[in-house]
Amino acid sequence: MPVLSVAGGGNGHKLDPVSIDLEDKVSLQRGATIFVNYCLSCHSAAYMRYNRLAKDLKFSDDPKESEKFVAKNMLFAADKIGDLMKAAMPIEDAKDWFGVAPPDLTLLARYRGPDWIYTYLRSFYLDEKSPSGWNNTVFENVAMPHVLYEWQGTQKAYFTKNEEGVKVFDRFEMIKSGTKSPQDFDKDMRDLTNFFVYLGEPSQLKRQRVGWYVLLFLALFLVVTYFLKKEYWKDVH
Amino acid sequence: MQSLLEWVDARFPLLKVWNEHLAEYYAPKNFNFWYYFGSLAILMLVLQIFSGIFLTIHYKPDVGLAFASVEYIMRDVPWGWFIRYLHSTGASAFFIVIYLHMFRALLYGSHRGPRELVWIMGMVIFVALMAESFMGYLLPWGNMSYWGAQVIINLFDAIPVIGPGLSEWIRGDFVISDATLNRFFAFHVAAVPLVLVILVFMHIVALHRVGSNNPDGIEIKENKGADGIPLDGIPFHPYYTVKDIVAVVVFLIVLSSVLFFAPELGGWFLEHDNFTPANVLQTPPEIVPLWYFTPYYSILRACTPDYMIYLSIFVGIVGAMTLFSARNIMVKAVAVVTPLILIVGFYTLEAKFWGVVAMGVSIMVFFALPWLDRSTVKSIRYRGWMYKTALGIFVVTFLVLGYLGTQPPEGLYKALAQIGTLIYFAFFAFMPWYSQIDKTKPVPERVT
Repeated sequence: MPVLSVAGGGNGHKLDPVSIDLEDKVSLQRGATIFVNYCLSCHSAAYMRYNRLAKDLKFSDDPKESEKFVAKNMLFAADKIGDLMKAAMPIEDAKDWFGVAPPDLTLLARYRGPDWIYTYLRSFYLDEKSPSGWNNTVFENVAMPHVLYEWQGTQKAYFTKNEEGVKVFDRFEMIKSGTKSPQDFDKDMRDLTNFFVYLGEPSQLKRQRVGWYVLLFLALFLVVTYFLKKEYWKDVH
Repeated sequence: MQSLLEWVDARFPLLKVWNEHLAEYYAPKNFNFWYYFGSLAILMLVLQIFSGIFLTIHYKPDVGLAFASVEYIMRDVPWGWFIRYLHSTGASAFFIVIYLHMFRALLYGSHRGPRELVWIMGMVIFVALMAESFMGYLLPWGNMSYWGAQVIINLFDAIPVIGPGLSEWIRGDFVISDATLNRFFAFHVAAVPLVLVILVFMHIVALHRVGSNNPDGIEIKENKGADGIPLDGIPFHPYYTVKDIVAVVVFLIVLSSVLFFAPELGGWFLEHDNFTPANVLQTPPEIVPLWYFTPYYSILRACTPDYMIYLSIFVGIVGAMTLFSARNIMVKAVAVVTPLILIVGFYTLEAKFWGVVAMGVSIMVFFALPWLDRSTVKSIRYRGWMYKTALGIFVVTFLVLGYLGTQPPEGLYKALAQIGTLIYFAFFAFMPWYSQIDKTKPVPERVT
């Protein structure tokens, strides 16, 4: 369990900024596909339902078709479209294999922030000392192996010491290329991060849309109340 | 319609209440910006109760279900996200409104006679509100909920003899657990709101008995016309009802801007560490309460063993000044004995205990304001440079302590918090002297 308590280990790896666009449905769909295929086998998103995903991500213009698409292509770990997105792997097995249950990822983006996720996903490196053979510069001694190493390739990390003698991350070196170019891999991870931001708060686009109407109404109401007040107060001196 | 009103009025003093508190309640006509926050505080109370009831419909006070039930509200309950954000943003907004409402009293001397009881009831409301928000913060059962409650309740351990038993009694268990969550839920949704509503009612009844203060700090009841109505008074309804509605709309615009576009407000209104469920084995990197508690939290953490020498000097000075200016022999005796007992205590009991005491005193000292302030005038408009300077420094100190409370107490920050704590207490402790010798300007007969 101490594995988790050093989350965000401070070896000076600066987080790479990522641009988030929840209106970009293609990016969200791509992120969702990666998520259900690669993350959901071990991690859950247990506060989220498949049908909500189908409704918001619009895999088709017709909501029924969109649900059908999700039911056909994404329902690996559940029976019904209204189910919560639970992990395929039982928690007990996960504890046996990794020493720790993989955390639920529904709220990851609200907990860690998008930049952290984007950088973390791209910062796995070979480490013979770690039980899984992998380590991560953003999350030191993380129990998770590099699931997407076939895409990204295998990289080695180089560290230097700063003035205080503390080990700090210097750079990565690719020792075996993956099936995707670095640009394509970064783009995929951006889509996945984008999806995590959506997953953290599915209502956020609606929230902002409603917000503009509320503000518009209040602005108009302010004009009315202001003149009402002025009318009443003209005889107060 | 008229006959229905008469029917009711023969059985219930409807017209009398309406007149006494609205249509014939004469408020000074010179209320300014600072006088909006009373009615805004009532608005916030109503919004919190309203949104709270809807949250209670879906929330589950059970350590196995609580966190998920909040996310259920955020995702599956129609408009649940709106209700939840209204409640979470509302909690912070409530405190902003209350702090500004209290600051108004410091500006214009609204706590001074004959309004001491209005102030004391208001302070009880403030303390109840702190209890309400502290217990409410445990309910989402996030990791910061858990560890925040853990740290604060553990403070009671520092009280000699009864401490450990007391903290166990509050938790209902040896650690924060389901028992704690359930009792906090009971207090948060039933007991404290009931107390708050009753106290707010009493606060207003007391206010309407003595009448409102105003930015000039003049009693408008001392200048009445032939009809017995204060010359500088206007009926609360319709004048201040229509004026306050404008303020309500402006306030709602600000509230909505946060609620709809930045409900976390960068971690100030909803902490990032609370988006992961309570985990006994995983302490957040920095345990910090929400912003409205951080000034007192800073004061709590400032009291380390090496700080006791400064506290000793401080109480020594206050004691000596009281000894020389008091005329009553009993007061003189208290002025000698109290600092001595405190200084002995500073070096015999652990510093953590004095941190708890200092935090408690930093809140409770507000109760004494009506008697600490010895100025002949109420309003800051007619006070001299001393009170103005003291109040300015106090406000800056309060804000700085609030920021420091969110940061690790190390190095410069720790030193700043310790200096800030002394300034905070100096504002109150030396008020009887500086408020008295401060040069005042003549107060006009009528409001300006």
